Amino acid sequence: MARRVLAINPWPGLIVAGLVTFFSLGTLLTVALRADSFGALDHFDWASVRFTVVQAFWSAVLSVGLAIPVARALARRSFWGRGALITLLGAPFILPVIVAILGLTAVFGRSGIVAYLLNLAGLEPISIYGFHGVLLAHVFFNLPLATRLLLHGWVSIPAEQFRLAGALNFTSQDTFHHIEWPMLRTLAPGILAIIFLICTTSFAVALTFGGGPKATTVELAIYQAFKFDFDIGKAALLAGIQFVICAIAAIASLWLHVPQAVMSGQDRIVQRFDTGRFRLKVLDAVWIVMASLFLIVPLLAIVMQGASSVMSLPEAVWTAALRSVLTAVTSAGLSLVFALALALAAIRWQWLEGVGMLSVAASPLVMGTGLFILVFPYVDPASIALAVTALVNAVMSLPFVLRSIGPAVRSSEQQFGLLSDSLGLVGWARLRLVILPRIRAPMGFSAGLAAALSMGDLGVVTLFARPDGATLPLQIYRLMGAYRMDQAMGAALLLLLLSLVLFYLFDRGGRAHAVS
Amino acid sequence: MLCLKNVVVQQDDFRLQANFDIPTRRRVAVLGPSGAGKSTLLSVLGGYLATTSGRVLWQGLDITDQPPSQRPIATVFQDNNLFPHMTAVQNVGLGIKPSLKLSPKQTEQVDDALRSVELGDFGQRRPAALSGGQQSRVALARLLVQQKPLILLDEPFSALGPSMRSDMVDLARDIGARAGATLLMVSHDIKDVEHFADDVIWVEEGMCQAPLPLADFLNHPPQGFKDYVGD
Repeated sequence: MARRVLAINPWPGLIVAGLVTFFSLGTLLTVALRADSFGALDHFDWASVRFTVVQAFWSAVLSVGLAIPVARALARRSFWGRGALITLLGAPFILPVIVAILGLTAVFGRSGIVAYLLNLAGLEPISIYGFHGVLLAHVFFNLPLATRLLLHGWVSIPAEQFRLAGALNFTSQDTFHHIEWPMLRTLAPGILAIIFLICTTSFAVALTFGGGPKATTVELAIYQAFKFDFDIGKAALLAGIQFVICAIAAIASLWLHVPQAVMSGQDRIVQRFDTGRFRLKVLDAVWIVMASLFLIVPLLAIVMQGASSVMSLPEAVWTAALRSVLTAVTSAGLSLVFALALALAAIRWQWLEGVGMLSVAASPLVMGTGLFILVFPYVDPASIALAVTALVNAVMSLPFVLRSIGPAVRSSEQQFGLLSDSLGLVGWARLRLVILPRIRAPMGFSAGLAAALSMGDLGVVTLFARPDGATLPLQIYRLMGAYRMDQAMGAALLLLLLSLVLFYLFDRGGRAHAVS
Repeated sequence: MLCLKNVVVQQDDFRLQANFDIPTRRRVAVLGPSGAGKSTLLSVLGGYLATTSGRVLWQGLDITDQPPSQRPIATVFQDNNLFPHMTAVQNVGLGIKPSLKLSPKQTEQVDDALRSVELGDFGQRRPAALSGGQQSRVALARLLVQQKPLILLDEPFSALGPSMRSDMVDLARDIGARAGATLLMVSHDIKDVEHFADDVIWVEEGMCQAPLPLADFLNHPPQGFKDYVGD
């Protein structure tokens, strides 16, 4: 096309691109300039590097390995509550990590349900701390993700293939071999890579369930170098190592073509002709029940144990909640503005969307370290803790916000760009009358995700906040540290409710009166 | 008068050439096989596609480098002529003011336009609640309020059935006449063209012929046209 009329000023997009580049790469550069040489790392630090990779690897393998039978059972069985269960599989996207951790503690912890059952059977209780605790939490978060992605793979297999299999009298092994395995072979490596990437940046889980020489991730080591030793040079060096791990995992997942997390079109049940046997029915039922219990019981535990104390929470928890809500709403707003500016400018310069994805490889703790180094000489980092948290979260949310808004903006421009040009709809009028109304639904949905993500964030805020300036997740972590488990449970329930309400309000706002 | 002076558009290995004048207030059909360059020609006139060389003049004024909305031109596209999230009134109102902040008088103008396409009672409906023919009429009503002296119709009714389509072609004719506008319409249907056109521009393999009066064109059709209609 020889000329494309520039309907909307691309400058905001370029500014945002600069900002994102600064946050993901600039902070890294800042960090690199302050980093010690490798000699400064003791064997403890190298153990954290090894642990990060090993736990991420096993988390990914376990999540995908367990997700395969669960997704298969979901794909080929129709039962009461199936839709609700699939919706629930999306919940970990907006579930604050600290809430899940408390829920898992209530179930698998020293005085939890599982320990009680083991005790009845005369067995020693298992400890939730250390390597297997970290794995447990990571599987809790990523099994649902893997299941959703695989389920999508299953329902996208053309129905004719299963009919053909029926006509040819395939056993379920034959079906697996000829139809399901080829699908898994293309999908599974990408899903493994993305879960590996997610788990390498694990901080909150390692902070609570990990620790000690055997279960410290690099992210946690950065935090400790910072918080306990105030050794910025070492923190910076670790941040550099973390970036390399993330970058390798991100490149691998790009290369393996990660499937998109699709939120719809999973209600179709694949009609099968090889699954009528009783043994298979029982097998599928067992998988579905196990997966449901694994997801639901920890959440139920939070609701039941938290309900009694949520109304009697100390004032500090409520002020922390207010801080969190403000931070989350600001962060979601920033993330939307950033994504919109990038998506609009990307109509002209497509590479800008790639810039928005940079933070996939960035870690919030690395950003936090870099920002701390930059602002430390000039202002008290604690005084800008919430602003930094909102900004960093906005940048971290950018990849998925952009991925949902970008295509919507493009398709709006594709369909209505010419018409808008011919009517002189440019600038604000174009944005207000054409683009925004057309992207409301994905905008509301992704803002809801971004708000919930920021609401539950327990990352960069730990570096910056003072005790009297905590967000709700940080407050919960402190209550846990002080062994105020009843209050922690109540606060976790509050956090869970606030996250869900924020997500619901944004998503609802996008969908209300929406016309396609 | 619309003048195309040695207009050339080069797109990869496709080349469009046009060098002719169209007198004011004529109704001109643009005919030719698929891929010959009909829509490309309209894109150039509408300002969506830059010329590689040559000039486009309207009433002696060079409009080659003007952006689409600054041109004295209104376009009805093949599809996506209406914003699905806006009512008929809003869709027409955009033709007056893109900000949709209309004065009472301008609102009255919009209502008049909708009435004259027999959609007086449908103003508050969105496109999804209108039939295909009604949607076309909303687009035509917008032409009325845009008051541009040159109207481009790029196969705008191709999704409609034959009888509905010929009604719409008639309506477009009337609207052109009321606005005193020059009309260019791309069409595939020779019956529509006979109904509509004073002149015909034949486009084949990127070459746009100068407009010929309809009767002359039909009496001495080019070989490509005979192949195209298949007799």
